[in-house]
Amino acid sequence: MTHLDAAPPRTFLSPFRLKRHVMPGFSLTLGTSLLFVCLIILLPLSGLFWQMSQLGLADYWRIISSERTLASFRVTISAAAFATLFNAVFGLLLAYVLVRYKFPGKRLLDALVDLPFALPTAVAGIALVALYDKNGWMGTLLSAVGLKVAYTWWGIVLAMMFTSVPFGVRTVQPVLESLKPDAEEAARTLGARDWQVFRHIVFPQVWPSFITGASLAFARSLGEFGAVIFIAGNMPFKTEIASLLIMIRLEEYDYPAASAIAGTILLIALFVLVAANIAQSRATRHLHKGSS
Amino acid sequence: MSLQIQNISKYYGANLVLDAVSLDIEPGEFIALLGPSGSGKTTLLRTIAGLQFAEGGTLSFDGEDITGLDARERRFGMVFQNYALFEHMSVAQNVAFGLKMRERSARPSAKDISRRVVELLDMAQIGHLAERFPSQLSGGQRQRVALTRALAIEPRLLLLDEPFSALDTRVRKDLRFSLRSLQQKVGVGAILVTHDQEEAFELADRIAVMADGKIEQFDTPANLIKKPSSPFVAEFLEGAGGYNQSGAGI
Repeated sequence: MTHLDAAPPRTFLSPFRLKRHVMPGFSLTLGTSLLFVCLIILLPLSGLFWQMSQLGLADYWRIISSERTLASFRVTISAAAFATLFNAVFGLLLAYVLVRYKFPGKRLLDALVDLPFALPTAVAGIALVALYDKNGWMGTLLSAVGLKVAYTWWGIVLAMMFTSVPFGVRTVQPVLESLKPDAEEAARTLGARDWQVFRHIVFPQVWPSFITGASLAFARSLGEFGAVIFIAGNMPFKTEIASLLIMIRLEEYDYPAASAIAGTILLIALFVLVAANIAQSRATRHLHKGSS
Repeated sequence: MSLQIQNISKYYGANLVLDAVSLDIEPGEFIALLGPSGSGKTTLLRTIAGLQFAEGGTLSFDGEDITGLDARERRFGMVFQNYALFEHMSVAQNVAFGLKMRERSARPSAKDISRRVVELLDMAQIGHLAERFPSQLSGGQRQRVALTRALAIEPRLLLLDEPFSALDTRVRKDLRFSLRSLQQKVGVGAILVTHDQEEAFELADRIAVMADGKIEQFDTPANLIKKPSSPFVAEFLEGAGGYNQSGAGI
């Protein structure tokens, strides 16, 4: 016993070695990823904020609170919110269909989901205009019932929806795939209807990734440019999105104004992403309560 | 509350996994489906539960034809092999689930549901776990929750799919006893799927020995030992015979 009671030999470790990590290569991997993040993400952003900081607070406020800027924010945010809502619901449905059912053409449909990522957004915008213009296929159909999509707010929503479809599907799809069927079967033997099984068993497990998908889609829609400008009509105060206004200010060599608008949009996106991240991790914690 | 299984046949692709299986189960009886893996016992249980449907044959319960009835309408409580607890719900919420899913007209009030849940949890001696989540429970506790959840819907029949296979030997013996006493207290018939002869012999009133999708013999434990109907049954029960005879002092 005595040799076990003896104090372990004291070793002096350098302060950096006090905490041993179980996984090897911590400093190398962290260092490389930080460098990458700095070069690819932070450097361009700091350029933007440096430009923005050239402005005084009063100037910043004057640019942001101008009628035209506010109108563009309103248009952008409302359209992005609507597109996100639609895509989150539709994306979940599509992911569910892709995961749960077998049908001919399933792989093709699965591949189609990623197409909006592959297609240059400007091409998408032009294609949408060709389709929804009053002479286009859809345009003639819709104008027959008195609806107008091209060059209206709805056109913006449509373009944003197109470019952010993959987020809604691809975030929830792996989670749906990983769900074990037995909890759903148990729910059915306990008397749950199909929609009750979805509402009480499936959806709570998908919820964290659903939030992630929606927030990514929203952030993407806020910044969408190429697809939107072709179909939006770009009427100031009505169908002018924020990123177009940035472009206009840049063409006027008004860099501070452009950076002020860009920085604000960026902050909104950042706020949404962080809020979603918090909500997502809270939901995940609730989902796996007690399992540390 | 009796179950009649008549000529149930089931294919997986070209494989015949249930070959015209027939069984008559008396009210309140505890039945074991015993057989090696791949003998079709779990498939038969899932067919009874309404989670799978047979290609041929009929199921009837108390004279009512339930062959095509959906699982949720059968009101058979089921305990799954890995318990299939709802991980995002507390123990009490798990047990309350079946009552909460009822149609509004048949649903007890929230107060009645929670009173009922407390009663059930106490009966299963897990009242102190009500607010815990499944991931905070031991294997034995999880099994009790699964059983209590199945009993909460006042099942017409209890279906147990290898409910002891995930537990260590000592816990297994305790739980066998409490499962049997709960089942008798509630007075519900039960069908247990197992590959463990000792388990089947200790729990069941009658045992159906299965092999290759067929029922080799369906009889009381004593008769199975005394009069095995085929060399397969005799051989398969060799170990269990020793277990049973040791009680008789041989």
